[in-house]
Amino acid sequence: MARELTIKVLRYDPQQKSNGSVKAYFQEYKIKEADSMTIYLALTQIRETLDAGLSFDFVCRAGICGSCAMMINGRPKLACRTLTKDLPNEIILLPLPTFNLIKDLSVNTGVWMDAMSKRVESWIHSSKEIDIANIEEPVEPEVADAVFELDRCIECGCCVAGCGTKLIKEDFVGAVGLNRVARFECDPHDERTIDDYYELVGDDNGIFGCMTLLGCEDTCPKHLPLQNKIAYMRRKLATVKGS
Amino acid sequence: MKIKYCDALVIGGGLAGLRAAVAAAQKGLSTTVLSLVPVKRSHSAAAQGGMQASLGNAKMSEGDNEDVHFTDTVKGSDWGCDQEVARMFVTTAPKAIRELASWGVPWTRIKRGNHEAVINTKRTTIFEDNDKHGLINSRDFGGTKKWRTCYTSDATGHTMLFAVANESLRLNVNIEDRKEAIALIHHENRCYGAIVRDLITGEIAAYVSKGTLIATGGYGRIYEITTNAVICEGIGTAIALETGIAKLGNMEAVQFHPTPLFPSGILLTEGCRGDGGVLRDKDGHRFMPDYEPEKKDLASRDVVSRRMMEHMRKGKGVESPYGTHLWLDISILGREHIEKNLRDVQEICEYFAGIDPADEGRKGWAPVHPMQHYSMGGIRTKPTGESPTLKGLFSAGEAACWDMHGFNRLGGNSVSETVVAGMIVGNYFADFCIENQIDIKTEIIEKFVFEKEAYMKELVSKDTGEDVFRIKNRMKRIMQEYVGIFRDGEGLEKAVSELEQLYVKSKNVAVKNKQLSANPELEEAYRVPMMLKVALCVAKGALDRTESRGAHTREDYPKRDDANWLKRTLTSWKEGDLMPTVEYEPLDIMKMEIPPGFRGYGAKGNLIENPQSAIRQQEVDEIREKMESEGKDRYEIQEALMPFELQSEYKRVNIRLGDK
Repeated sequence: MARELTIKVLRYDPQQKSNGSVKAYFQEYKIKEADSMTIYLALTQIRETLDAGLSFDFVCRAGICGSCAMMINGRPKLACRTLTKDLPNEIILLPLPTFNLIKDLSVNTGVWMDAMSKRVESWIHSSKEIDIANIEEPVEPEVADAVFELDRCIECGCCVAGCGTKLIKEDFVGAVGLNRVARFECDPHDERTIDDYYELVGDDNGIFGCMTLLGCEDTCPKHLPLQNKIAYMRRKLATVKGS
Repeated sequence: MKIKYCDALVIGGGLAGLRAAVAAAQKGLSTTVLSLVPVKRSHSAAAQGGMQASLGNAKMSEGDNEDVHFTDTVKGSDWGCDQEVARMFVTTAPKAIRELASWGVPWTRIKRGNHEAVINTKRTTIFEDNDKHGLINSRDFGGTKKWRTCYTSDATGHTMLFAVANESLRLNVNIEDRKEAIALIHHENRCYGAIVRDLITGEIAAYVSKGTLIATGGYGRIYEITTNAVICEGIGTAIALETGIAKLGNMEAVQFHPTPLFPSGILLTEGCRGDGGVLRDKDGHRFMPDYEPEKKDLASRDVVSRRMMEHMRKGKGVESPYGTHLWLDISILGREHIEKNLRDVQEICEYFAGIDPADEGRKGWAPVHPMQHYSMGGIRTKPTGESPTLKGLFSAGEAACWDMHGFNRLGGNSVSETVVAGMIVGNYFADFCIENQIDIKTEIIEKFVFEKEAYMKELVSKDTGEDVFRIKNRMKRIMQEYVGIFRDGEGLEKAVSELEQLYVKSKNVAVKNKQLSANPELEEAYRVPMMLKVALCVAKGALDRTESRGAHTREDYPKRDDANWLKRTLTSWKEGDLMPTVEYEPLDIMKMEIPPGFRGYGAKGNLIENPQSAIRQQEVDEIREKMESEGKDRYEIQEALMPFELQSEYKRVNIRLGDK
């Protein structure tokens, strides 16, 4: 027999703020569980049949793009690939904390991530003139693989939502930002030095703010080695400027 | 009323849009990119397998060059492509990939010495010379003579997208996400930007620009089952169509990918088969060699998809509660290979099908079924990327019918097209923005804004009417059933007439949620009528095209008919009409570098020849023979056969290992 699922969603519409009577509340939806149902499928069904005004974000619905991170029974997860069969009958959905709320389950990660990218100057810094008609510079295969390993981050925001430091320090750059620094640090195309990275993240809102609570690594859907990399960068940056 | 001005407006923040924005920003233009979602979430991120570029680095790529890539692309297109554009493309692709490397894309690199690969189910040892060590590697893909598809594991689109998006940030491109262009501002056959709805606040604003470029991707979501992201609804294409002036090309050319996961429709890359994975039927039999002895599992996508359907029709499919499917077996590649080069595939199989594809034998086989995957059709452009009919409107990437794919696209050529078109078209677009001024009256802009503001209010004001979700789902069902892999006149007639009725209904939708801000139902209410127009262009184009070419397969007209159909379909939409206007643009055989012939896969002799093909072939052979005897090189011969324009920077000779 298919289960009946109770899906409780936190509803709030900040766009209606001027209307003082609008408050946050939980809305319950009851739907019948289907075989291999994901939260994506469940929410889509709810919007099409029960509540057309429910806001949430999906793009790839395949665990690749990172749009749909939300709090699922208390943990930040990608909703598109979370199967309802792995959850109890009652499923509680909340928007990802620490990001600006757009409405219901939809949060504004794009603006935050772009600002983070600019803050850590998330691009190759190189003084070389590249002739693109000529043979590319060789890169050690292992080094390319190591860069790729860190480049796999999809900016879903789970690590930020799962981070104790970020909840205390609004300007904390988060594991996503520190991972980005680590990614460029090991990319042979990037000419930045450890001193340069120190300028970017060598403070309490950066690498020295991390309290090593492991929330980032525990919740990263891509299983990135975030804690190792943060520790590695912290050791490196701690050697800069003894004064 | 808000009017925002910029030099260059790009609608769509995937790889093509962002790369074009980089081209504009590099020339010092104030550049704005509008995107439905944060740009790094664009559908480009979902490209897994790789990007074709004839670097010729690896052992299995030796001898590759632009000519080989060009031949594969033309054959792949079933001679439906614009050969000059294909030439522009193959000449620039190696430069694109090398540029991306310098921007930090961690391409998988070649390791010196022996390594093992699975070729035709057999473990084979490949030796890589010392001088190749560290250069960009490539894997095999369908329909290609050489191993040409460069990759980063199976997350190629992701790494490319992040590199190009970061480059845009570096150049201070103004990226505005959660903004949707819902109409183009145009006056006297000239485009001046777009009317834009803020998806959070609901505000309607005019974005006025010297030039406008649409790069909004494909229209796969008009189908029920597709590998496309949920944002791929063809709205960018639709707003061009709704000008009544811009035209769409080859909309009936819709590609079905052979191996999405069944039933969820999540893509498992062609890299699975490129790396040596095979298709199997209910008996575990590898059936593709029976149909395609030469290319086997790696014939082009249209061919493999059809053969799979054919095989299932013979009762060889696997029955399941969701319907019939086949198996994709990559377990023969070995766990180590999968965990390194196909890890997203492995993850997708684990999450969505509950299997580990690295498990040996049947246990690791993934259920697959061909599904809608790619839109070869789109906004018709000239080789510069500009609409031939609406000045100042450019298009690039999947949204465009620039037309290097014709009626079937080769795997690895689309992600490659995004950046290559972003470079070439982006440059022409930037030049246009430099050379032209905004000379439109504010009152004309205002009229567009007021019209859309009134439209949104009207949509939320109706209390009774149609349910937009029901209309949308019905449309998807019709497209799936009658405008799918196999098509016939009867089904297509049904599709066209029912879509027309749905279109009429879609104008009478009642929205339950009455807010103008962040309202997903309102978005559906204005998008669905646009999607129906796009769907009608596809269905009507398919109905009228009485032949089979590439991915367009008419069971009642099984032959490719070069005598009558070597032409591109153009559809446009006159205001107030319920049906697109269909016309045709001929392809000139006498100008082709490769006149039409047999593709080397698919059914032989299934062709109505055009007498001009033989005449042109003779001409080509004579020119080639003469020039070869005179000792001319391949570039000079190519130039004599089919000259093509390209920015001098991109036309330069690509240097390869071993070149003098």
